[in-house]
Parts: sequence; C-alpha cells; structure tokens
Amino acid sequence: MTPTLTAARAGVSRGWIEMRQTFTNAQDLWNYFFPTVLLFFVMFFMRGSTVPGTNFSLGSRTLPSALGMTVAFGGLITMAMALATEREDGTLLRAKATPNGMVGYLVGKIVSVAGITAVSITLYLVTGAGLVGGLNLGDPGAWLTLGWVSVLGMVATFPIGAILGSLVSNPRNMGLIMLPMMGLIATSGIFYPITNFPGWLQGVAQAFPIYWLGLGMRSALLPDSMAAVEFGHSWRHLETAGVLGVWAIAGLILAPIVLRRMARRESGSSVAARREKAMQRIT
Amino acid sequence: MTPDVVIDVRDLRMRYGTTDVLTGVSFTARRGEVLALLGPNGAGKTTTIEILEGFRIRSAGEVSVLGVDPGHGTEAWRARLGVVLQSWRDHSKWRVRQLLAHLGSYYASYSTDHVRRPWEVDDLVDAVGLTPHAHKRVGQLSGGQRRRLDVAIGIVGRPELLFLDEPTAGFDPEARREFHDLVHRLSDLDDTTILLTTHDLDEAEKLADRILILAGGSIIADGSADELSRRVSTDAEVRWTRDGARFVHAAADATGFVRELFAQYGEGIADLEVRRASLEDTYVALVREYESGRSGAALRAFEEAIR
Repeated sequence: MTPTLTAARAGVSRGWIEMRQTFTNAQDLWNYFFPTVLLFFVMFFMRGSTVPGTNFSLGSRTLPSALGMTVAFGGLITMAMALATEREDGTLLRAKATPNGMVGYLVGKIVSVAGITAVSITLYLVTGAGLVGGLNLGDPGAWLTLGWVSVLGMVATFPIGAILGSLVSNPRNMGLIMLPMMGLIATSGIFYPITNFPGWLQGVAQAFPIYWLGLGMRSALLPDSMAAVEFGHSWRHLETAGVLGVWAIAGLILAPIVLRRMARRESGSSVAARREKAMQRIT
Repeated sequence: MTPDVVIDVRDLRMRYGTTDVLTGVSFTARRGEVLALLGPNGAGKTTTIEILEGFRIRSAGEVSVLGVDPGHGTEAWRARLGVVLQSWRDHSKWRVRQLLAHLGSYYASYSTDHVRRPWEVDDLVDAVGLTPHAHKRVGQLSGGQRRRLDVAIGIVGRPELLFLDEPTAGFDPEARREFHDLVHRLSDLDDTTILLTTHDLDEAEKLADRILILAGGSIIADGSADELSRRVSTDAEVRWTRDGARFVHAAADATGFVRELFAQYGEGIADLEVRRASLEDTYVALVREYESGRSGAALRAFEEAIR
C-alpha cells in the first residue's frame, strides 16, 4: 500500500473517531439538536400561516428549506470552525509533523463533518416529520433527490468552508463569517419565499449555494404543485446542479492552493504566538 | 559529507524583514549524539530548530538534515524525523492510547528491516510512563503527563533524528529523571540523534554530549560541558570554615591549595567544599563575555567615529 493510501485510510478512521467524540459532550450534542429546536420555534410563530398564493402550510415549506440550510451550515461553518480552531490549538501543526499527516487530516475532516451533517439532518428529519404534514416522505424519488442534493451540497460547501477557516486568523473572529452567513440565510428563501424581494437581492441569493440547497430540498419533499410558487414555476434541478457544481469545482480548485499556503506558514512559533495571545485573553 | 553526519549546518542565516535573527550558524551532529542548544531568549534557538525541521525557509546558508535539504524534504524524509513541539491543547478529546495508535499508523509504510515503524503502542505508552493513563482523555492529563505524551508522539515513528523543544517544562523531579533515562535509552540503544533546547542547564549537562551556545544569532561556544568550563576559567571555588568564620577562595590548583590549607591548620578546618565552575557559571560567563565583547566593539566603533 502506498504511503498516501495508508494516510487516507488513517484519515477515514480519524474522521470516524472524531465523529463519535461528538456524541460524548454537551456542546456537540447541542449543535445536533439546535436545528430541530429552531424548527420548533419557527413552527410556533408560523402556525396558521400559509405560503402566499396557496393554502399550503408555511411551516411545511420551511422544514425542507431549513434542511438545505443545515447542510450548508455544516459545510461552511462547521468546517471553517474546525479548521480555525485546530490551527490555533496545534492540531494542524501535529499533522504537518507527521508523514502525509495533512492528507490524513483533511480526509478525516471531510469524513467527520460529512458524518456530523448526516446525523444532524437525520435527527432533524425524524423529529420534523412528526411535527408537520404534507411532505412526500413515502416516495423513493424524494429520497433520491434528497440524497444527490445533500451530497452535491456538501461537495460545494466543504472546500469553501475550509478556505474560510484558513483565512480566519483566530477562531474568535468567526463572527466575521457568521454575520454575512445570517444575512445570506435571510435572503435565501429559507424561512419565507423571496419571490416578492427586489430583483437584485434575488440575484445575489441565487449566486450562493444556500438558496439552491433549500430549493433542492423543497423539490424533494414538497408536492410537485408547490413548484408553481418558485421562480420559473419549476424546481429547476438543472440549475441547482449547475450552480452547486460550479461552487464545487471552484472550491476544489481554490481550496488546495489556500490550504497549502496556510499550512506552509504553520510552525511551532506561529502556534506559540497564538497561544500567547489566547492566554492574554484568558487572564 | 560522511554518512555519519546527521545534521550539517553551514553559515545559516535568517532575516525577518530588516532584522537578522541568525547571522551565520554552523555546526554538525553525528549519529547517536545528543546536542543541547542553549541561549538567551530571542537568540534564535526556535528559529534554528524550525529551519532544521523544515517548518521555516532559511534566508541563506547550507543545511543538510539526514542528507536532505529540509526546505525540500519529502514525506519519506519526514518519517525519519521526530518532532516534539512546545505543546498546547491539540487532540484534547482523544484518548492517549488511541491518539498514539492513530499517529503511529502513518509511519507503517516507512517501516524497514532495519527500523520497525511505528513503535508498538503499549510498549511506547509504558516507555513514557503513561500506562495508568492510557485510556484517559488527553485533555484530562496534568501538565507533566501531557508533556510525556508529546514526547511519545515525537518518537512514535522511531525517528533517526529527534528534535526536542524544551521537553521537560512542567515536569516534577521524578518525571524529569524518567525522561532523562528515556533520552539515554534512545541515544544509546537506538542510536537516535537528539537536538534539544532547554533552559535547565543542569539538564543540558546531564543529557548532552555536546553543548552549543547560541547568542546574537551565531554559535559562540561548542563543546562538552567540561570543555566549555575549561574555556572560561580554570579556577575552582574552595569554601571552608575555621573557628566559626567562613572563608572562600578561588584557586587554579584546588588540590594543592587544600593540601596547604590542611598542612597549615589541620583539625581547625571544617565544612570543606570544592566546587568546579558549573555549566551555569560557564554559560553566564560566556554569554556575558560575548555581550561585553559586542558592546566593546560598538564602543570602539563609536570612538572611531567621533575621532
């Protein structure tokens, strides 16, 4: 077996170990349940509301949209957060000091973040399906769509998340990423259709993966008649695959360059300097 | 270059912006040798080690580590190195044995008939004295235990060359002694070459075959602890009491001086103590000598200028 393959296999077991660790502490468990808790609140405030122009429950429309958001959140924020934190705490430097350690580290990160995202969307779907009606849960085609949208969504968002994580110099500056993220979620039609928004805002939303992840999930779980209230009165699967595909390709080209640059700069003294800074913050 | 030379550094220079951190460092290390790199804070110890580890690109000079330029080291080269970094809080959710088994698995493809890689995990845990804590989470270890784990991670791939950056910071005296035994074992039995930095001069004296003192960006002294102390002064300090009064005398020939002392006062001498210059004395003297030399040179340059 070649050393790179050995490292990739070590990475898979690394990802698996890290994923299991998320079941053993309160912070990670809370992250799993957060989307569901959020859904409960949203459902409460949306009770009795319908999607404009239909008599379909707004809550039932929100469930798949927020599912798309959860995938994007996992790919962008969980990934970025992990990289920024582990760069500061010295995990990345450890990987750099190990032969092919960076290969193992990245494979491990992809496996663990994919696993964490899969667990959180499953949890969310199981609890959410009991909460709202009108979803296509019995249709195998729905699960197929849900599958490809999730996988493509992860491939589109993981590299971008990794790039963001490499650019943030300090995990406490994650707010710099969270704020625009929140803005993007608000304009991406997750909690409310954006068909009445100004045209330029619709354009901005449709340039990013969150809108398309929401749309893709709605296309999987909502009845086909609901496509009528989307842009072009269609689920636009081709466009969904196209935009997510472009993000995926751009990310896969850019991420290795940015990550390599970031890794090259890692050294014992750069970690020590960040430790000094963090210590000052504590005391 | 003979195959026995593991590290060969010639006129290594490092400049950050307009500041010269290293102004021409040269030294070599042979297989199985233990070298201690000493020097005041900011002298460039960490920079030197990071260049040798391949984590930092030098500005100029020739560097060869295990026959390879660390600026272009491959992963196969990296597999022959061990690096003990100053630790922080990485992998805190992992369990001790689990982490060592994981990090060890990367070295399996670099195992040879001569060097079996990685180190068998239970033996390794035992060698660093962590057996009672093997199933603990890394984040639950005490400072000293955590440091032993760092050392274990550094040697899990059975390195031919090991870098230790302040390995015993936070150790209690017993852990320190166990660590010293481990270092002796690595260098004697496995012929591991070790380059360590430390602020503990006693430790450097006990562990190192050779001591390098780095000050102002270059090596100002290179030799065994004895050689260095002979370079600074040949005087030993003799202390005694007579009739309740304390005396101290510096003598070049301490044995002769003590013989005289007894011949003169006999039974009157008590609490006799003869002390050679310790490494600490030597170190302080060398660094002072260097610094005064430098300020002397600056003064001469100043006098030239105002003349």
